[in-house]
Amino acid sequence: MATSLLPRHLSENGAVIERHWQELSSRRRLYSWLGFALLFLTLSGSLWFANDSNAGKFFDRLPHFFDFVGDLAPRDGLEIFRAMFDLPSPYDDGSFKYNYPEGRLYLTDSFYIPEYFHKMLETVNIAIFSTVIGTALGFVLCFLAARNLMPSPWIRGAVRRFMEILRAFPEVVIAGFFLAILSLGPIPAIAAVSIHTIGALGKLFYEVVENADMKPDESLRATGGNWIERVWFGMVPQVLPNFTSYFLLRLEINVRASTIIGAVGGGGIGELLRLSIGQGHQAKTLAIVILLFATIFAVDQFSAWLRRRLVGEQAFQLAQ
Amino acid sequence: MTTTTRLSPMEMDAIATRHPELLKSSTSNRVRTAAIAGGVIVYLVFSWWFFSIGQVLGNANWGIAGTYLADWVSYEVRPQIHIASDRTMSLNYQRNSPLGPNPKPDWVELDKETMTRRVEIPASTTQVAKPKASSSFSFMAPGSALGRGSTAEAQNRVETRTEEVLTRVVVTYDRSTKIEIADGLVKATHGGETLTMAVDGTDTVTPQGALPSWATQKRPGEKIVLAFGATGWAEVEGDEVSVRNRFFGWANFLFDTNSPFFGRSYGEVASLITSGERIDPARPNLSLAWNNILYNAEWQHLDVWTKLLQTIVIAFVGTLFASLIAFPLCFLAARNITPNFMANQLAKRFFDFLRSVDMFIWALFFTRAFGPGPLAGISAIFFTDTGTLGKLYSEALENIDDKQREGVKSVGAAPLAVQRFGVLPQVLPVFASQALYFWESNTRSATIIGAVGAGGIGLKLWEAMRTNSDWENVAYMVLLILLVVFIFDSISNACRSRLMGRKAH
Repeated sequence: MATSLLPRHLSENGAVIERHWQELSSRRRLYSWLGFALLFLTLSGSLWFANDSNAGKFFDRLPHFFDFVGDLAPRDGLEIFRAMFDLPSPYDDGSFKYNYPEGRLYLTDSFYIPEYFHKMLETVNIAIFSTVIGTALGFVLCFLAARNLMPSPWIRGAVRRFMEILRAFPEVVIAGFFLAILSLGPIPAIAAVSIHTIGALGKLFYEVVENADMKPDESLRATGGNWIERVWFGMVPQVLPNFTSYFLLRLEINVRASTIIGAVGGGGIGELLRLSIGQGHQAKTLAIVILLFATIFAVDQFSAWLRRRLVGEQAFQLAQ
Repeated sequence: MTTTTRLSPMEMDAIATRHPELLKSSTSNRVRTAAIAGGVIVYLVFSWWFFSIGQVLGNANWGIAGTYLADWVSYEVRPQIHIASDRTMSLNYQRNSPLGPNPKPDWVELDKETMTRRVEIPASTTQVAKPKASSSFSFMAPGSALGRGSTAEAQNRVETRTEEVLTRVVVTYDRSTKIEIADGLVKATHGGETLTMAVDGTDTVTPQGALPSWATQKRPGEKIVLAFGATGWAEVEGDEVSVRNRFFGWANFLFDTNSPFFGRSYGEVASLITSGERIDPARPNLSLAWNNILYNAEWQHLDVWTKLLQTIVIAFVGTLFASLIAFPLCFLAARNITPNFMANQLAKRFFDFLRSVDMFIWALFFTRAFGPGPLAGISAIFFTDTGTLGKLYSEALENIDDKQREGVKSVGAAPLAVQRFGVLPQVLPVFASQALYFWESNTRSATIIGAVGAGGIGLKLWEAMRTNSDWENVAYMVLLILLVVFIFDSISNACRSRLMGRKAH
């Protein structure tokens, strides 16, 4: 047996090493436990605080947790489709709850777009439009923020700080501010979403640019190309697939964002959903939720498919 | 090495002329770029029409935008000078003036005189041959006994009073801008130009001489608006001059006007706290001061901080729970870990469902279930991010290096040990880094879903904005949010780079 050949007692040197190793590992264990204890304390403190400052207490409300499912059950299943396609309801009693045909948008005398489809289109269009604007401006800014193209740390730093502020600035405030000036409508939502998009995409873009291959740039510089030519012919062709992929990723996020912003006053489907939940219109709520779910799912799948075609599997890595 | 691949320039040109198609990009390539660019432009034009952007921007009230923006970092003090037809004046300030009750700012210079006059209460609409009428000089009840041609009842009571009136008021905005009112003349000086306006104490203003560029009057006799730029503005009407003097900064940020510490300098407050007499005998001055700061009526510091803490807690707890639940589920969803098609699909579709029913919808539902407050926000983030993190985690699992796992498996380790030693060390840094990223990004999301009732500072922000007059409170909250986001951003970035760095070597 090999083990019998091993010395029973360690030499002095070996004992020192063993002791050091034991010390290190016990210290590491201690730190881990301290970390976990701290996390646990923070978590329980946070939970207590959240429960304490909530309108309803967790354990009081838990039995009523599925009440909202009851609130959502419509009078009959077909109501959902009538609400979705603006068909007249047999339960129509003149109240707001069952007046589905009212929101129809007539394109011709007989052909109409149901209200929720119209509003959903508006929300999606807000998302696309603001993503396009945000991408365009982020595209311009990102080259000024990339270390390999902008040697001056002042301009680079200023552009980066600027984008950070655009990114972190609460969207609600931008929407609310434009709401105060422009009155109700989709433009506050567009402003809020695109301003955030500039910051978010600008950051992702300049990280792509910094990781780009500098050889085309070098050769352009050697042939005397100016800055714009270097960017346009040396950088843009290699970063474009990644930029497009991020554009699509952002589009997914912005469809959600424009829904939320809509709910706080930006128009579109979000506002209708908030109102309909608040007023307890079950069929309308369910119709909107289904529509929203289908749209978000479709946009996600489409964008995932397109991104996979553009840049392959790496498109699925976390953005940022 | 008989042949060389190097071409002489002449030969290069020869080849280029022989195969011109090589140096030209294909038609489809060129057309594609143009088509995409054209498509984008057409789309932008369409959207311009769809959202009627031009019309909305044209109708927007841009003048108000400037005022709202200025309100973020400054405040207005609004003394109003009423001019009676006997050319005496009275002065009052807006309700809840930032200067507190009974303000005596040094930029308003007053000449007072005590005179005995006959006062008509209430004043009639017909101003014919009225004896010396005036309004009382009062700070405490602005506009209460003035009436000034607003009541139609002609039942006038005429009293003789001895009271103090103003004969001359000088409001100094800054070094080059001031307004002087005396003897029925309003003299405004701005940037070296002086405009004198005659006011009759009833309803007519007559400028004497041409209006300078900073003064506007829509119709002769109507009110004149004087815009002095950043330092403020004024409105001159026949019987009233409304002064809006703008000061940089946040008014009464620490102590509101009801606090005993109001209007004292920092030194005075410090000495009161450390060695002064007790203002409230029940408790020391320090606790009184702290209490006054927390419950400042204008800024509501305690409430803002509590709501901000709620937002932080929502993001923290929501993300933590989401990653804890997504962790076991992602092993089920990963093709290479669980080779069961049904289980993979089930878990993946479950994640898709959680993600696609948006955070916003979850927030609305949970607000119904738990009532408005952070529990709703936590649940909304928890549900959405279980989906998102689950998806990202399972994709990370599917991309792992299989060698390590096979190595552990080949020495006969139990399935659990294979995951623990073959898989986990590869993905744990990625998992943690993604959770950290979402923690930081959820701090921002929590602000927004708060506005629909899911707790946190969102609702407070929204309410402050809706009144259109509390923009300085909005600025304060935005500043706090930016601060929190930047701090969390750097913590999360530092942790992530440490995690990923350790993975690198």
